[in-house]
Amino acid sequence: MSDTSLSMLTLHALKRLVAEEKLTPQAILDDLLARIQRLNPALNTYVHVDPDALRSQLADVLKQPRRGKLWGLPVTVKDNLCVQGQETTCGSKILAGYRAPYDATVIAHLKAEGAIIVPRANMDEFAFGSSTEHSAYGPTINPWGGGRDRVPGGSSGGSAAAVAGDLAVAALGSDTGGSIRQPASFCGVVGLKPTYGRVSRYGLVAFASSLDQIGPITKDVEDCALLLSVIAGHDSQDSTSAPVAVPDYLQSLRQPVKGLRVGIPELPVEGLDPQVQTAVEEATAVLTKLGMVRVPVKLPHIDKSVATYYVVATAEASSNLARYDGVKYGTRASAAGSLMDMYLNTRNEGFGDEPKRRILLGTYVLSQGYYDAYYLKGMKVRTLIKYDFDEAFQRCDVVLMPTAPTPAFRIGEKSDDPLQMYLSDIYTISANLAGIPAISVPCGFSPGALPIGMQLLAGPFQEEMLLRVASAYEQATDWHQRSPELNAAKA
Amino acid sequence: MSAPGQTYETVIGLEVHLQLATATKLFCGCSTTFGASANSQTCPVCLGLPGVLPVLNEHAQSWGLRVALAFNCKLASTMKFDRKQYFYPDLPKGYQISQFDRPLAQQGHLDIISGQELKRIRIHRIHLEEDAGKLLHENSQTETFVDFNRAGIPLLEIVTEPDMRTSEDAYAYLVELKATLAYLEVSNCNMEEGSLRCDTNVSLRPCGAQTLGAKVEIKNLNSFKAVKQALEYEIVRQADALSRGEKIFQETRLWDAKKLLTESMRSKEEAADYRYFPEPDLVPFVLDASLVERARQSLPELPAQKRERFQQKYGLSAYDAGVLTQERAVADLFEQSVAQGAKPKPVANWLMGDVLAYLNTKALTLAQVGLKAEALAKLLALVDAGTLSGKMAKEVLMHMLEKGKDPETLVNELGLRQISDTSALDRLALDVIQSNPNVVAEYLRGKATSIMYLVGQGMKRSRGQANPQQLTDAIKKQLETLSSSDTAQTEVRS
Repeated sequence: MSDTSLSMLTLHALKRLVAEEKLTPQAILDDLLARIQRLNPALNTYVHVDPDALRSQLADVLKQPRRGKLWGLPVTVKDNLCVQGQETTCGSKILAGYRAPYDATVIAHLKAEGAIIVPRANMDEFAFGSSTEHSAYGPTINPWGGGRDRVPGGSSGGSAAAVAGDLAVAALGSDTGGSIRQPASFCGVVGLKPTYGRVSRYGLVAFASSLDQIGPITKDVEDCALLLSVIAGHDSQDSTSAPVAVPDYLQSLRQPVKGLRVGIPELPVEGLDPQVQTAVEEATAVLTKLGMVRVPVKLPHIDKSVATYYVVATAEASSNLARYDGVKYGTRASAAGSLMDMYLNTRNEGFGDEPKRRILLGTYVLSQGYYDAYYLKGMKVRTLIKYDFDEAFQRCDVVLMPTAPTPAFRIGEKSDDPLQMYLSDIYTISANLAGIPAISVPCGFSPGALPIGMQLLAGPFQEEMLLRVASAYEQATDWHQRSPELNAAKA
Repeated sequence: MSAPGQTYETVIGLEVHLQLATATKLFCGCSTTFGASANSQTCPVCLGLPGVLPVLNEHAQSWGLRVALAFNCKLASTMKFDRKQYFYPDLPKGYQISQFDRPLAQQGHLDIISGQELKRIRIHRIHLEEDAGKLLHENSQTETFVDFNRAGIPLLEIVTEPDMRTSEDAYAYLVELKATLAYLEVSNCNMEEGSLRCDTNVSLRPCGAQTLGAKVEIKNLNSFKAVKQALEYEIVRQADALSRGEKIFQETRLWDAKKLLTESMRSKEEAADYRYFPEPDLVPFVLDASLVERARQSLPELPAQKRERFQQKYGLSAYDAGVLTQERAVADLFEQSVAQGAKPKPVANWLMGDVLAYLNTKALTLAQVGLKAEALAKLLALVDAGTLSGKMAKEVLMHMLEKGKDPETLVNELGLRQISDTSALDRLALDVIQSNPNVVAEYLRGKATSIMYLVGQGMKRSRGQANPQQLTDAIKKQLETLSSSDTAQTEVRS
């Protein structure tokens, strides 16, 4: 079998070919399914794919009189987005067998535009992790790195690895502390976390409600703009979604960036890989060559973001995961004498180590006598971090920094050291705490041929600005056009 | 044994949970109708399925505002919700969306009449929250089922300051609260269906003491009567314990309505840590001033205000005004009847007597019987005009309540028109006298009470339609004629 597939193309390229009737949606789906069948056993990007269901979905879409923006094009979705009638497990045993009775708002938007929904991309259990090693369905393997021994990042590692390995044309992930951007960076693809409130969270299985956002993971910036334009917008079912008009994100592409100011912050550099530092410095040079003005900015509280995040996010997570109690759906422990036994056994057997760790942390920080010292203080520091960015965006249009401190690490390298694992999100977490949009774009490779990503951040609802700068950078470089060598992955 | 009330002062506070009768639930569009088959009124949101989010029902909020204003509260400037976290199978999300540090309203009051005294009970706070589901144990020996129809129904929690001193105060507070809420038309206030639930806190302290004693919370109170009984039991129990030198500890006790006593459920140490924190799915928002103003405008005249006005305007006693204003429909019927020309006091008597007695016996509401003010005023006018005797009017009223017909129609149908025509009554009197010569003779010999028998015979012959007073007069008149002019003749005959 030759190592080419229609799934190597972008959404916008396929869209054009379908519109010109040079390709049929059937051909695209067939190619995609063949690729998944061939490569998924080695990479484990999907926890489950149902070819028959996908073909019947396509047949229904082809009958639609209106050709939507994504008519007949497959979009892969993370296992924490509810798709009506499909299993949604968040990579957890505790939700085994749970089928969502409704579509998440983003899924409904994709369906309305004729997209073929391809569930279920692998993820860290309940999105708790930075490596997609903490999945009840086993780890996902990064398509990059010849030894097949690298993590894809996480928690949207399945989505990012699938897009990078062309087991997906484009995908949706979710980002609570970097879960779209860090895997995008590790897998050499584009990942956008929108402004909090830009995309409805209805139907996204909650991790930390005040931080979660759904966003695209794509092969290039144009696909990112295309997907965002479909999923963004106010939703009456999500009280935290913003009634802010959705601009035409595709219009913001290929606009000149001359004169825009790029803010370069002073960052904590402990643990920052020099290769990454070099790549980001070179990216800065590319942007200045395009006419952007480099300005120094200060983010004085950014070094507190990991600590703050692990108070706020675990508090909310401990609450959001209380509903998995064995009463209504999912796993219920068989050995259950009393009600308390049922709770304890169900949650003990159903949750993996990382959810247990975070539930314990979150319960602790909300407990009587500790609330003020942890949760309340955490919320105050969060406000300070938000002020830092407000201040910074007085001086610049975008802030540039690495997405992750290192390229993809080895499987197992950090799984026994939660703190080291948490630190791999050090640069991504602050955008979630501040509620601002951020995008990760490929900006180089390590000497070991592992992708490196840079991160652009902008003020609230300034996704257009991010896409504009990211697109200009992408046009000036060719990092995004490189693909991993996957013949060795033939199972 | 100590004598309670002499050595100790009782301090009582009440917590009422009120289901708002909005058409839909607090955070989703599901129906709130009572008694539907289990779990038929649920959706992903109120079942707490993965991925769902709450959206506030604006009706519930504005109804909450109306209650808060009716209880004279200060309103919060910002609406903020919090999560109250605990595990129980009837709680689908593992937390209840409630309000913790910034309740909807604070610092209000409700004026009650307890005994003969007007008392002001201060309201500590009112907050909005969602109800939980219900566990069903009846269907199986080995399994428990859950019905989530109730989960997500809007609840208002209304908490008083510890301002009540007797079980009568508590009872009177609940009566006034229920009357006020019924006027606002925001809740069914039905304790049996659980749309009104009540817990009470009670503590004792030495008379004159300023600090409060350890409070005991009593739960499982299923009627106003149970609240009163439980308090009476608990006051004695605590007083006995204190007089024996025992200490009262803060705890929660359950009322057993069969054994008529309270039993310890949990101590303060066992109390749960609810780990309240701000609900991140509902961002706090500033309460719109126009919304508050609309709620204020929509307030009806409340029972306390009406009670006062009825005394002033209609010269009713405080008691009468209190009874008449307890239900808005009764108060309205009273006023409308007066507007139709009826005199206030007789209308009040008829309503408080026969009408309310009928409704209580039959467990009906005024709306269900369809008694109209026009009809009631007409009935009273018929009594005034002498067309109906009081007894006849009672009979007509019963028919009016049962059939909803006009009193004049009923008078004709039942043939109940009172005979007040003088010549007809004279004929009837003569008839009775001629038919009962022995009784007449007795009367003439001086047995004055014999006349009652003659009147009774006359009433019987007229099938009750004769005006009894006028008939008595007519018989008397004719008997007097007999005794003065025809004495000789009568004596001859005998």
